[in-house]
Amino acid sequence: MSLDKATVAKIAHLARIKVPDSDLEQLAGELNTIMHWVEMLGEVDTQNVEPMTSVVAANLRRRPDAVTDGGYPEKVVANATDATENFFSVPKVVE
Amino acid sequence: MTKLTHLTMADALAGLAAKEFTAVELTQAHLDAMAATKELNAYIVETPDVALKQAADADARYAKGEQRALDGLPLGIKDLFCTEGVQTTAASHILDGFVPPYESTVTTQLFRDGAVMLGKLNLDEFAMGSANITSHYGPVISPWSPKDEAGNFTRKLVPGGSSGGSAAAVAARLALGATGTDTGGSIRQPASFVGIVGIKPTYGRCSRWGIVAFASSLDQAGPMTRTVKDAALMLRSMAGYDPKDSTSIDLPVPDYAAALTGDIRGLRVGIPKEYRVDGMPAEIEKLWQQGIEWLKAAGATPVEISLPHTKYALPAYYIVAPAEASSNLARYDGVRFGLRVEGKDLKEMYENTRAEGFGAEVKRRIMIGTYVLSAGYYDAYYLKAQKVRARIAEDFTKAYEQCDVILTPTAPSAAFGIGEKMDDPIAMYLNDVFTVPANLAGLPGLSVPAGLSSEGLPLGLQVLGRPFDEATVLKVGHVIEQAAGPQPLPPLVS
Repeated sequence: MSLDKATVAKIAHLARIKVPDSDLEQLAGELNTIMHWVEMLGEVDTQNVEPMTSVVAANLRRRPDAVTDGGYPEKVVANATDATENFFSVPKVVE
Repeated sequence: MTKLTHLTMADALAGLAAKEFTAVELTQAHLDAMAATKELNAYIVETPDVALKQAADADARYAKGEQRALDGLPLGIKDLFCTEGVQTTAASHILDGFVPPYESTVTTQLFRDGAVMLGKLNLDEFAMGSANITSHYGPVISPWSPKDEAGNFTRKLVPGGSSGGSAAAVAARLALGATGTDTGGSIRQPASFVGIVGIKPTYGRCSRWGIVAFASSLDQAGPMTRTVKDAALMLRSMAGYDPKDSTSIDLPVPDYAAALTGDIRGLRVGIPKEYRVDGMPAEIEKLWQQGIEWLKAAGATPVEISLPHTKYALPAYYIVAPAEASSNLARYDGVRFGLRVEGKDLKEMYENTRAEGFGAEVKRRIMIGTYVLSAGYYDAYYLKAQKVRARIAEDFTKAYEQCDVILTPTAPSAAFGIGEKMDDPIAMYLNDVFTVPANLAGLPGLSVPAGLSSEGLPLGLQVLGRPFDEATVLKVGHVIEQAAGPQPLPPLVS
């Protein structure tokens, strides 16, 4: 199957990347080249194969549910473009 | 006497201990060399003040006889490792102005052992690339690039990628060693292109904490050095259990340098028949044969093995890695750090910020990743790729019933010129055809210089090992290094 311009626009929206309409055609071409190439995975027999999510066989470790770090809000917001009183500021969301 | 910048890490440690020179002198020699070779664009940020302070501290420890494992050794740090108080960019516009308030675990351990940071090294944007041409800070030029008599480049060669700045700096004698990261070959392929040693350890061996994430199930940090022994010394410092990385493995870290005995008698070396790919240059095939002969002469036994799913590794990687990247890179939204481009509302601010902040290759991968994870396509692409990944890992498990290590070429070609292979992303992706399988299976892999191409450019051989058996991988790499003998210096190094 092929990605058309409308699908590429939808993916760009899901990925929150603004793509001008004039670029959609070329981007669709590039993405299609890659998606057609990966189609070859269809040749592999994966019946009864568990998907591999991690190369580490170990189970995730548990630890006590305790606060072990923090208490420095000014460090946390130090890199924000717009931080007010140790909060991250964003454009108004709720009308 | 050998120039200070030309020393191996092991020799520099001996010289420092014998008080032949000071860590400040050693560091200053590197800072001077860096100032004289800016045209390579290896460093994004230089940190002379940090370096000279760390070097002076090291000298004070030597004076008291309290030196540490890597005390006073000037290293470059790939600009994907967060360094406290020093700008960290991942070579992306979207991290403009980001100064981490914390230090990555790997760099913390290097500094604990006395290493000196010369600066932050250039790379492909978010480590996505195989030629170091996608950096927002411009491409890195390999010190192997030829010049005319007037001193102008006649052809600008890539150093490989994504750890291209690390590779170029170590080869050009602008650092004794450097950190790299390897998601699909980003340590081994550039090491091969510039004629140095690079090892990607087993997944879980080095902490990923504080390294800008690309594809979390594949990323591993490792050293890039001029000798196998130096890689052994540096890896010992970088590796180890870290509770801050949930995939870090709690195993003792061996003394890797002690493993370099040269004794590989009886070792079974797997030669995978599927790595004879169509169109591979004859000189790569010849180098591979030469490597087999060297190991045979040292008493090892070559064994033909089969890794039947090899050709599916790259396409599986180009689903798994972009999927993880699209998730990891969701954090770059203009709110908490880095670039912000305003819009009429929050959503437009996100979209504008990410459109301006990410380069073309990063956008392409985020969009592929978003697509293969999206409703209706998840099973067909992402789940399928994870199942193929399981079969690739199973290939290796079966192969290691017959052999102890695997020998392959590192890359299917020598370095190419900047601007070549740019039109077709898949041609670029094929650089990693021999390195990607080890990432998918989580296995350790080393590239060691083994000879030159007909054009006089470096070529590397790759040694893959069993999980957490970096010691044997380094031992075999050391035997190849000794058999290959001293390699020529890049033309830009005098």
